[in-house]
Amino acid sequence: MQAHQRMLDPTPDGLHSGESPLLQTVGLTKRYGDFLANDSIDIEIWPKEIHALLGENGAGKSTLVKAIYGLIQPSAGEIRWQGERIALSGPSEARSRGIGMVFQHFSLFDNLTVAENVALGLDGKESFKDMSARLEQVSKTYGLPLDPKREVWQLSVGERQRIEIVRALMQDPKFLILDEPTAVLTPQEADQLFVVLERLKAEGRAILYISHKLEEVKRLCDTATILRGGKKIQTCNPRRETAASLARMMVGGEIREVKAAAGRQTTIPRLVVNDLSLAPDEPHGVRLEHISFELKGGEILGIAGVAGNGQDELFAALSGERLAKDPGTVVIEGIAAGHLSITKRRKLGAAFVPEERLGHGTAPRMKLSENALLTGHAASGMVNRGFIDTAATLDTVDKATETFDVRKAKRDPEAASLSGGNLQKFIVGREILRNPAVLVVSQPTWGVDAGAAAVIRQALLDLATAGAAVLVTSQDLDELAEIADRIAVMFHGRLSEPLATRDATREKLGLLMGGSSLEPKEAAHAAGA
Amino acid sequence: MELVEAIILSVLAASTPLLIAATGELVTERSGVLNLGVEGMMIVGAACGFGGAWLTGSILIGALFGIVAGTLMSLVFALMALGLAVNQVATGLALTILGIGLSGLIGAGFVGERITPAAHLHIPGLTDVPLIGRVLFGEDAFVYFSIALIIGVWWFLYRTRAGLILRACGDNHISAHALGYPVLRIRTLAVMFGGACAGLAGAYLPLAYTPFFIPGMTAGRGWIALALVVFASWRPGRLVVGAYLFGAVTILQLHAQGWGVGIPSQFMSALPYLATVIVLVLLSRARTGGSTAPAALGTVFVPDR
Repeated sequence: MQAHQRMLDPTPDGLHSGESPLLQTVGLTKRYGDFLANDSIDIEIWPKEIHALLGENGAGKSTLVKAIYGLIQPSAGEIRWQGERIALSGPSEARSRGIGMVFQHFSLFDNLTVAENVALGLDGKESFKDMSARLEQVSKTYGLPLDPKREVWQLSVGERQRIEIVRALMQDPKFLILDEPTAVLTPQEADQLFVVLERLKAEGRAILYISHKLEEVKRLCDTATILRGGKKIQTCNPRRETAASLARMMVGGEIREVKAAAGRQTTIPRLVVNDLSLAPDEPHGVRLEHISFELKGGEILGIAGVAGNGQDELFAALSGERLAKDPGTVVIEGIAAGHLSITKRRKLGAAFVPEERLGHGTAPRMKLSENALLTGHAASGMVNRGFIDTAATLDTVDKATETFDVRKAKRDPEAASLSGGNLQKFIVGREILRNPAVLVVSQPTWGVDAGAAAVIRQALLDLATAGAAVLVTSQDLDELAEIADRIAVMFHGRLSEPLATRDATREKLGLLMGGSSLEPKEAAHAAGA
Repeated sequence: MELVEAIILSVLAASTPLLIAATGELVTERSGVLNLGVEGMMIVGAACGFGGAWLTGSILIGALFGIVAGTLMSLVFALMALGLAVNQVATGLALTILGIGLSGLIGAGFVGERITPAAHLHIPGLTDVPLIGRVLFGEDAFVYFSIALIIGVWWFLYRTRAGLILRACGDNHISAHALGYPVLRIRTLAVMFGGACAGLAGAYLPLAYTPFFIPGMTAGRGWIALALVVFASWRPGRLVVGAYLFGAVTILQLHAQGWGVGIPSQFMSALPYLATVIVLVLLSRARTGGSTAPAALGTVFVPDR
């Protein structure tokens, strides 16, 4: 510990010349079998810098930061800390040198208190009491309020992230890594985070900021390094680039533009929800309260909201995974269906794509054809007098493969062997091929690369053009703005009045996502629009 | 009066192996590992414990033999379930079957032999106080040790950093790994502690309860200990209450037969399990949030490196 402190000479403010960077990787390579997750990556991070790390899923961002944080050992190359080559034995050594990390999927313990969670992220050299006092002080200094005695499961996502950030700050890090910190925040919460980050930068710390939200990066970051397929593509100044040029570097080509057909007609109401209320069936669940909306054929309704505000519960109630007491609460194609099972709802012409691809959308260890059967058995003629029509199931796989450009190693592989984007294309394709009258889809492009996301969004638009009613739940406001006709927001199990997409500014949606209501006049106006 | 004292004494004696074995399993499960092999580790502990005491004439050495045997058995489990990431339920069940067979083999040589059972404490004056004297000051060392053990475990889990880390591993092993804690090493230690306790609990039977060894003498106590951990909802305080309650039920069953009460003894034997099921139902109905069981219990963890 003392040895490190002697090493940590204060670096002159903002001077790059003649100094060595705070952290540098040279030819950093991580190999898993034949797969190069990181291929000879050089990156330099200087004090007082917010450095963006950009790339698609699977580009190697997480692998790189895990190596920098000591969680994995690089296969080749080196990491230099203040000019000196280091080999990290693990995260606790990284922390003691002054490297902090805020994880994307929080590294928190739901059934422990905030103070216990913070204690676990420190090295235990101070008493629990001293630590609690310091926790209070740090959270006050940075304006990140926390109640140390509460258990994590009681907290909102934004509060959970605060724990992670405070925990990292309590180690007084010189260098802080944030992995997609705004993915789960409302726009307003993200703004508050940026204030904290600017302050950390002003204090002389360096920040490595992983994101794929390009506007955010342009606004916040001084430098950006772009990774693609495990290789470094470029380091640039994001303020001098456009979002489109950054996206090109990330994807390595133009992204197909999603186009809505002009003059889409809305027809009869195909999915109607009347005053749906439902108690949660698990301890951490959300109660649905008085949800009502009407969705016509040819229309796409987007549901925005921070995760965990009842979206999963609404999906379960619509799909029939959970039944409502009153049949009239969910009406599909004019038939009261609240009490009907998922199979009967499919027979009415509804199709469902859940958020979780593996385990919910598909059985991971079963073949694609078997997975096609699992949702198609009721209404797609794949079963003949109780026997499986193997040819028909394989036919569905082939059609989905062809129509939606699903890339796979063989004709009928196990679901788990496909990449996230390809599996999602298959699942969406499988449902669309059934020509549903109503499609309910949750997080259609979550964790999917930009190319596949464009294919899926286009497919949803085409389906609406063909006359189906489409309900899309997403946390990606840009996605909803791109495809939805109207956007409603879920908060604490309640659904706001839908806004026409052209009226749904980020500010308005952000307010609704944070639980505020719009001005009564404005809301009435939006409802009338 | 004497009957009441005798009943209390026999309840304490019947409860002690349950308490020791369940204390070990509580620590194991709090680290996120479900080891269903308690019965197997106990019976091997019983055979080795008796063998040790019979060969050396020392109860203490017998107890140590039991502890070592239980720990070795738990290492087999740790190798399979943690090292090779095999399904924990299957491994635990296999461990019990292995233990029953192994104990018959080990114990074959000394079935029918007798030893002098563990001595009881005697403090002149105090032990002779009517009713409570023998209950409080006239027990064997195992009884006092079991109480010290559960208090120690409570203190460890809730008052030390190591205990916090162990609970963290049981709540979310991915987070614990991400923070740099050696999840598998911590779990291995917890499994070994569980094995040591089960071995000692098994050894208690031939060393203090009945001074001879017969195959299958644990008679399902390992399963009761497992149920007890659930009954106690993974909390040390409730575990003590549950252990004496379950011990009392087994003794009550014997006396009920003696008194000619018309309740089938099989029903009485089933009571601990029935009580566990009822407690589980009550717990899941009463809880407002958070989970009572360690959230990662029984799940396989393979760290990426």
